[in-house]
Amino acid sequence: MLLNPAGERVPNPEYEPFVADVTGDQLASLYEDLVVVRRLDIEATALQRQGELALWPPLLGQEAAQVGSARTLRPDDFVFSSYRENAVAYCRGVELPDLLRVWRGTAQSGWNPYEVGMATPSIVIGAQTLHAMGYAVGCLRDGVDSVAVAYFGDGATSEGDVNEAMIFAASFRAPVIFFCQNNQWAISEPVGLQAQRPIAERAPGFGIPSIRVDGNDVLAVMAATRQALERARAGEGPTFIEAVTYRMGPHTTSDDPSRYIDPLQREEWAAKDPLARVEAHLRDTGVLTDELAEAIAGRADEIAARFRKGCVDLADPRPLDVFDHVYAEPHRGIARQRSQYAAYLASIGEAQSEGEQR
Amino acid sequence: MTELTLSKAIGSGLRRALSDDDRVVILGEDIGALGGVFRITDGLQRDFGADRVMDMPLAESGIIGMAVGLAYRGFRPVCEIQFDGFIYPAFDQIVSQVAKLHYRTRGAVRMPLTIRVPYGGGIGAVEHHSESPEAYFTHTSGLRVVTCSTPQDAHTMIRQAIACDDPVLFFEPKRRYWTKGEVDEDADFPMDAARVVVTGTDVTIVTYGPLVATAIDAAAAAADDGVSIEVIDLRSLSPLDLETVEASVRTTGRLVIAHEAQEFGGLGAEIATAITDRCFYHLEAAPARVAGFDVPYPASRLEEHFLPDLDRMLDAVDRVMGRENALTGWSAS
Ligand SMILES: Cc1ncc(C[n+]2csc(CCOP(=O)(O)OP(=O)(O)O)c2C)c(N)n1
Repeated sequence: MLLNPAGERVPNPEYEPFVADVTGDQLASLYEDLVVVRRLDIEATALQRQGELALWPPLLGQEAAQVGSARTLRPDDFVFSSYRENAVAYCRGVELPDLLRVWRGTAQSGWNPYEVGMATPSIVIGAQTLHAMGYAVGCLRDGVDSVAVAYFGDGATSEGDVNEAMIFAASFRAPVIFFCQNNQWAISEPVGLQAQRPIAERAPGFGIPSIRVDGNDVLAVMAATRQALERARAGEGPTFIEAVTYRMGPHTTSDDPSRYIDPLQREEWAAKDPLARVEAHLRDTGVLTDELAEAIAGRADEIAARFRKGCVDLADPRPLDVFDHVYAEPHRGIARQRSQYAAYLASIGEAQSEGEQR
Repeated sequence: MTELTLSKAIGSGLRRALSDDDRVVILGEDIGALGGVFRITDGLQRDFGADRVMDMPLAESGIIGMAVGLAYRGFRPVCEIQFDGFIYPAFDQIVSQVAKLHYRTRGAVRMPLTIRVPYGGGIGAVEHHSESPEAYFTHTSGLRVVTCSTPQDAHTMIRQAIACDDPVLFFEPKRRYWTKGEVDEDADFPMDAARVVVTGTDVTIVTYGPLVATAIDAAAAAADDGVSIEVIDLRSLSPLDLETVEASVRTTGRLVIAHEAQEFGGLGAEIATAITDRCFYHLEAAPARVAGFDVPYPASRLEEHFLPDLDRMLDAVDRVMGRENALTGWSAS
């Protein structure tokens, strides 16, 4: 921990040097990110409640873990995530409406991975950790010092793929960071069902050094990620980071946490809110004035308004788009079905131009 | 032209692919010093290095998932699954990731993986070493599924599979690994085009992989009996070259489909339906299937009963010819 829940800097000789260069203004800009991603998350939840999105997986409470790690990456690093890393995607530069395509159902992915250095998220739990490891091995082969980062949850650590990814990464000294957000829950299952010991203790058994970090402390997350990045770029292989945090909201907007969450536990974590402590610290150090706080809140509102507009403006795909991109090269089976369906649509007077368009 | 066994023909195809394109990497269990349990990759690690021909930890999902990451980075991975029965741990990565990433990213991400699978029975192996899991993959959109039956096709098609920008499941009929034949390294043909192996006028036998040789024998035996059989080797199982099958059935009017895989839900059902749809008025009889029984692949002392052989194929020929056959007088009740 570098910043305690009261907003006080705590001495930590090991990790202090990794963030010694972070100025008050830079911390304020991280704070702005935290405020914005929380605002976007709340807006998306509202959009779901209003029927504009089919589903949304809130990240409330996990802002520091995501912003702190994502903001330390270089553009040429590459992220492989699951569905909850919307703040990571925001930090990677994903366009606002692109964050919503999947949840609105207009597409199965929101962005071109190569434009933002972030793969399309994996909903299959843990599958992406192998992709990150493979990408990292590719970086080694290419002789570049880019790093791949795999984000996943505490529940994912039970999946075979995550364990296989750690074995392979250690064997190949792959420049990959395993970034586990331990938000204490896998839908309704507490972390205790997945792990009898702190999750970070597992990695050393695979030959991978690990760090257990306060995931609600943006500076500590940044420091841990920088250490792991440094190690990876220096050819020292993978690092496992367990960011200990808490999912303050439901698993998704379809979930009912009142069935399994003890309100006392939630309150305990509410006192460790990742935004409040940065805010307190910035107030104490005089960086955050009322005017600045207001300006940040105003910017967040403005971004949220654009987010909402981008959502409702998303165009529905056209009927024949269903056949696009199944294969990279022509495929006679798909070609046949596409032309048959185009003829069928034309026969019922629908999407006539659609059928002729290609 | 050189005479090669089917296994050596695949090996020489891999060698060519490795030297033609330095983004090609081979991943698998025991493929390095040993050259694979069937020696297909013999000498490749020695000649191209352990960075290009990589021995993997024993985790099939890991191998395919790692290949996905390499493909994200622009490599063209060729994965070897040691035996058919061990592809299942990798099933999720293949059908949920490899098959769908191009579609999900609307073309932004290419998955030019080749997944080599020695498959099928007839070598007296223990359990999990003789399966024909191709239908699981032909049922998955986004994958191409191919198989070969001659050294020439093996050589050409493995190179085509690797050059293809789509993921390809490359099924190798392991009991034909030792079949010899001439190989022309420069030969080319569309990977998804079926091949008419024997021409005939009375019955079309459609098959692929290990049973092509059996069908050729059946054609020879039937000729002695005055029945002219056309044999089609599909080569590609997804997509299917239905046009070639259709053209044949339009002239013969009779169709037999043969595969080692279990009958229920297998490719035979797909082909019979598609051809019935296209050739209903040309058919003289309902299409007949000759396939593995709907049981797990049995112990090797029983495999000769499980595997479609020459006689079962000829029996199906009798069925579509309306001749006396094993099922004459049989009723389901
Ligand atoms: C392979 C697989 N099994 C089950 C699910 C259904 N599922 C979605 S999220 C989830 C819990 C995941 O928990 P965790 O890994 O801790 O991540 P979190 O959602 O808490 O971020 C489950 C079981 C899935 N998506 N994938």
